[in-house]
Parts: sequence; structure tokens; C-alpha cells
Amino acid sequence: MLNAVREFVLLPADDTRPPGDELPEITDSRYSVAASGRSRTVRRTWLDTFDWRLFRAGLNLEQASGPGSSELMLTARDGELIAASALTPGAGPIRWPALVDALPLGPLREHLAGIVGVRALLPVVRATSVRTEQRALNADAKTIAILTAERMTITQPRRAATPSRIAVSALRGYQAQASKLAEAIGQAPGIAAAERSAFESALRAAGQKPGAYTSKIDVQLTADMTAALAVCTVLARLFDTAQANVPGTIRDVDSEFLHDLRIAIRRTRSVLKLAGSVLPASMVGRYRPEFKWLGDLTTPTRDLDVYLLGYPEMANKLVGAIEPELRPFHDYLSRQREASQRQLARGLRSARFNQLADRWRHDLEEVTASPGRRPATGRFAAGRIARAHQRVLQGGSAIEATSPPQALHDLRKSCKELRYMLEVFASLHDPAEQWRAVNELKALQDCLGEFQDTEVQRTELRAFAGQMVADRSAPAETILAMGEIAAELAARQRAARTEFAGRFADFASPRGQARIVALTRTAA
Amino acid sequence: MKILAAYNIKGGVGKTAAAVNIAYLAAAEGYRVLLWDLDPQAAASFLFRVRPRVKGGGKALIAGKRPVDDAIKATDFENLDLLPADFTYRNLDLHLDNERKPATRLRGLLSPLRREYDLVVLDCPPSISLLSENVLHAADLLLVPLIPTTLSVRTLDQITEFVAGFNGKRPAILAFISMFDRRKRLHREIAESLPAERRDVAATAIPALSAIERMSVQRAPVAASAPRSQAARYYRELWQEARDRAGLRLTSRTRPTALPGMARSARP
Repeated sequence: MLNAVREFVLLPADDTRPPGDELPEITDSRYSVAASGRSRTVRRTWLDTFDWRLFRAGLNLEQASGPGSSELMLTARDGELIAASALTPGAGPIRWPALVDALPLGPLREHLAGIVGVRALLPVVRATSVRTEQRALNADAKTIAILTAERMTITQPRRAATPSRIAVSALRGYQAQASKLAEAIGQAPGIAAAERSAFESALRAAGQKPGAYTSKIDVQLTADMTAALAVCTVLARLFDTAQANVPGTIRDVDSEFLHDLRIAIRRTRSVLKLAGSVLPASMVGRYRPEFKWLGDLTTPTRDLDVYLLGYPEMANKLVGAIEPELRPFHDYLSRQREASQRQLARGLRSARFNQLADRWRHDLEEVTASPGRRPATGRFAAGRIARAHQRVLQGGSAIEATSPPQALHDLRKSCKELRYMLEVFASLHDPAEQWRAVNELKALQDCLGEFQDTEVQRTELRAFAGQMVADRSAPAETILAMGEIAAELAARQRAARTEFAGRFADFASPRGQARIVALTRTAA
Repeated sequence: MKILAAYNIKGGVGKTAAAVNIAYLAAAEGYRVLLWDLDPQAAASFLFRVRPRVKGGGKALIAGKRPVDDAIKATDFENLDLLPADFTYRNLDLHLDNERKPATRLRGLLSPLRREYDLVVLDCPPSISLLSENVLHAADLLLVPLIPTTLSVRTLDQITEFVAGFNGKRPAILAFISMFDRRKRLHREIAESLPAERRDVAATAIPALSAIERMSVQRAPVAASAPRSQAARYYRELWQEARDRAGLRLTSRTRPTALPGMARSARP
């Protein structure tokens, strides 16, 4: 067992020695270094999801491949090994990006699955290292530590060199002696304690900023800035997010790219609808249909994603039927998704989308350059939030036990609009108050979402079944199994309908209302 | 985790040589191995260049005041750790006698290491004592070196009889001819007849070879310092017999994942 004790870097002036000769002379006579070990080349690939889930969880995932061996290692940021998995040559190399399901079964995969979820693992940095390991001995000629000298060159996303590193790793039971040895090494000229891990050093050299991507609207607005400027800032940020997700959506890396893209588009549409009055009317009139087109383009694939992601749970809930009977439904959905994904990718590569992107950016910049003076953002945001809030209260109060599903659907849309307004102007609010207001609204939205999603899914399921019967692509037992799913959806919908009254009562209670009012007051 | 003990009532019969080589060969195959040098003479610790000292001595270990885990040292070979000897081990009987279940204390001390090691090899001091009783209770397999003489065969009978008197778990016994000298007629006769007559005697006999004696000069198992030597070949055969008798199987869980740049058997 090896325990990392200290890491050092060679200072630039001394970083000219050939590989294998990086180690400085050790002046402490109690320790010596065994004859130089062989150097070997290791390809290092650090992986994370597009939204840096591992980095945010304080973890590093690395694939290290040498001649004839390849291994995945999950470590904490301090270098402590959490899990490792050897990639057997017989199984073939893993092609990144890859979903967690592509990794070998074992503790590493289990650990990652909980953090990464449905997101694919992508190479963040690739490097080639020449490593030389040498044994450090004590006076009994017993190995107490392994000294690893490493010369690393970043190969992707761009070529760059990093300072040579020397790591001192203690053998079990020899930490104290290894620490003394590390002290002696640290005193040698031309060497300094490493301030960054190899991963951080690689990220820096590669120009990567960990945690840079977020789907949140992270803009900083002020109450007295012009509302048009605030709205354009938010819209530009939303379009950054949308565009960041386009390549991953086209390549179909994982389902979250499309999800984030859709949310950015939906938010954009809501901002144009609810806060577009501060922008030139011609601009709003021109872009609302364009973003509707973009939104509609993404809908079929996302709907099918929701089905496919929920398939294991659906199959688990079968009572009379068994999973293999439902399989043709899964295969049908997969075929449909392939077709709709092609259509989506075509749309995102189209001239219409590229023109939309160019013109949208240009027009936003134009407004940003001369945003006018009124109204001020604080007052404007307060008014929009209050109006959206009133709409939710009115819509919700009108709903009775006999109201048609459409009434709940309309209320869900109003809730979404309120939520987007709260998020768009979040930087104007006290974070704690914002959190409380959004949390209560979220509970109501979840209930309405469950009602509406099950409604849509039931309708779609009926349409799928009709199509599958017409195509003769499913045997009778598959249609029966789908019937079970339809029944399950109906039960969930009924439960959501029952739950609604309580959720809305909480939201519309004087305390719930006061939370939103408090927010708008601060913003104004 | 299996526990294998190199044990004999008599001293100077090749216990330590067998224990260190078998521990090394098991580690080289990928088993995670702990060798516990229970002999205050500390020959196994010396061979691995580990200082024979345990903080708090044998008393703290037996009383559980110092976890066994804390005293473990890595050897220069991957997958092979050593729990060193300490001069205070000469009093282990006294310390064991102070415990509640004195005859099975050793087994209790080793049980927390189940997840960490696939094999524990005990290098025992020559005696028949409370410590030996502990070793016999803890072990799954007793590896008993026998110098091919009539008296040695009697010793094996004594051990077998002693173990047969145990209630519950009893270790399997695998004796082997040790320090075999082909020039001696009695050695030849016993080495030929004993494995044929008794199932508990290994087919492999370890000859008295200078390479084995030179281990104390090289300070490494002969299987590591001279892997192609005759001595290494005999120990390899003996290890294979012991491994089969102990029922050890290398599973994917026990197959180690070497860190990049690390040799699987010996450190660079």
C-alpha cells in the first residue's frame, strides 16, 4: 500500500534534465536511492461530465494507460484512492464520451453512477507522461518510499508542457521516515513543493476552467440598471447555455445536453413573453416564432428520452406482464428516437438555426449598446413577478374538483412563468428568501407536472399502441403490458389530482404569499 | 482469508525459510499476503530488512491496546506485508493467559484483517505452548517441515494427535520433507516412503541447499533473489501443494490492480 506523502515540482531553470534524471541529490545520509528504475510512458485522461459533476463532488476520475494495461482510478481531491478498475484488454477500449453503463461492473462504477447519473463521461484533459520510479532506502537498505518523477505533456485540448513533478509515496508503516526524506528532498535547490495536483496543473496548462459550465442563469443584475439591459444580459446568457449544449445534442452524447438546451429555449421564450415589453416590439415579434420553432424542434426527442429514461422503472412496476413482453415497446421507442434525433440534428445544423444565432446575438448587442433609461430593473422585475404571481393565484383558486385537465395545464404554465421570472431576476433577491419562495413553488410545480406528464404520456401511449398495431410491430402481450403502464399512469395522475388542493393551499396561504411579496419588495 | 502456519515443535527445521518463500510466492501470484513473524528471534523480519520492533510490544497487541493493523509494515514486494517480530514476543504465553479466551485470542486478533488480506502466513517459534495452541486454532493449514529422521516423524504424529483432540475447527496438516540430504541413506528412504504412505505429507521435498542458507546474506526470499534456482523451483512446487490443500482460489476480487509503473511482484 502506498500513501502519497509530498509532491514537488522542478523549478523552470532546473527543469531541463533528461527524463529519469529529474531527482535531485538527497543530502540526508540516512537515506539513499536505489539504482534508477525504468521509465515508462503513461497516457493519462481525466474525465468528467459536461457540467463537472465529479469536480463539484470533490472527485477526480483518471484513466491511465501504459503498455498492455489500462486502469480507471477515482480519487478524492487530496489524492486518496476511492476505487479503481482495471480495463481488461479483451473487453476492448472504452470510447469516450461514454455513459457509466459502459464501465466494468464494480465499486468504481457503483460509486460513479450515484454522482454522474445519466450524464456521459467526457475527456477533460489528455496528457502523455514519462514516469520513472525509484526506491528510496533507509540505512537497512529497506524500501521506505517510492519516488516517482513525472514529465507530463498535455496533448488535448491543446498541446502544452507542465513542470516536472516528483512524488514521494510512503510504504505502509514507513510514513515517518518517508516524511523526513520528503523534507530532505524539499530542501534541495531547484525544487519547490507542488501547490497543485497533477490534474489541476494539467487543467491550468490546458486552459480549462473546472466548473465553468452551469445551466443556471448566473448573471449579476442590479435594481437600478436599465431593465432592457438586464433582459438582454439574461437573454445573452441563456443563449450561451443553449449554444454550449448544441454540439453535445447534435452528437447525442447524453440526454442532458438536449434537456439543458430545451430549458434555455423555454426560459428565453418566457422572458420574451413576460419581459419583452422593454425590448423593441419588432425584435420580440421576429424572434418569438423563431424560438417557438426551435422549442418545437426539440420536443419529440425529449419526450422519447423521458420514456426511455423511465423505462426500467416502468418495467419494474409491471404486475401481470414481464419485462421481455414490454421489450418491443422499448425497441419501438428507440427506433422513433433515432429518427427524431436525426431530424433534431438536421434542424440544429440548418441555415435557419445559424441565422437565428447570428442575428439574435447581433440584435441583443445592439439593444445592449443603447438600452434607453427606463424602466429600472428592480421596479420592472417586481412588477413582472407580482403579475405572474397573481396569475398563479387566480388560476389556482378557480380550479375545483370537476375542473378539466386543461385548467391544471394552464396553471402549470403560469407556475413555470413565475418560476422563470424568479430565476431570471434571482440576483436581485435575498438568496435565503429566494430559496424559500422557489422551494414552495417547486412543490406545487412538481404536483402539476406529475398530473400533466401522466396525462400526456397516457395520450401518447395510446397513440404508440395504435401505431404499433397498425405496423404489426408488436405482439398482443406487448400491447397488454402497455395497458398495465397506462393503468399505472392513470393511478399516478389521480394521486397528483388529489394532492393538488393541499399543495395549492400551502402556496396560496398568507405565509406563502408573503414570501413572494417579500421578494418583490426587496427587488423594487 | 486463509491462515497458513509454518509450525513445528522442533527448531532449525526450515520453518522460516518455508514461511517467507511461500508468503512471497503467494503475493507474486496476486494474493494479498500478510506474514506475521511470531518468533522473537525475528529471522523473517531480518530477511525482509524490517526492524523487529512493535510499539507497545506483544503485550499491547495481544491485549488489543494497539491494533494489529497499526504495526504492519510493507515489504519491498508488492502485495506482501509483514507484521514484525518483537523481542517481547518471548512472553506471549503470559499475555495470552491474561485474556478471556486464551486459546483463540490470535484468531480474534486476525479477524479484522479479513477484507484486507487473502492469506496470512504465521511463522511460529518452535515450542508446544499456549502460543502454539493459538496458532493451531487460528490456522486453516499447518505447514510442518520435517527433517527426514525417525524422531521427526514421531513429532508429526504428536502434532496430528494434538490437533485431533480439538473441538470444532481443526487445521488441515501438510507436512513436507525439509533439509533433505540425498547423500544420507535414511533421508532417501524416508523421503521416498513417507509421502507415499501418508496423505498429510507433501510430494515436494526441500533439499538442504546453499541458496536457502544464503537467504540471510541476500536478505530476501530465494524465490525472489534467485527465481530460477533449484531452491526457488522446490518452494514453488511446495506452494502449489499448500495452495491447493488450503483451497485458495484467485478470484477477480483478489486480483490486484497494480498502480501504473508498479511491477506486480516486486517494487521497482
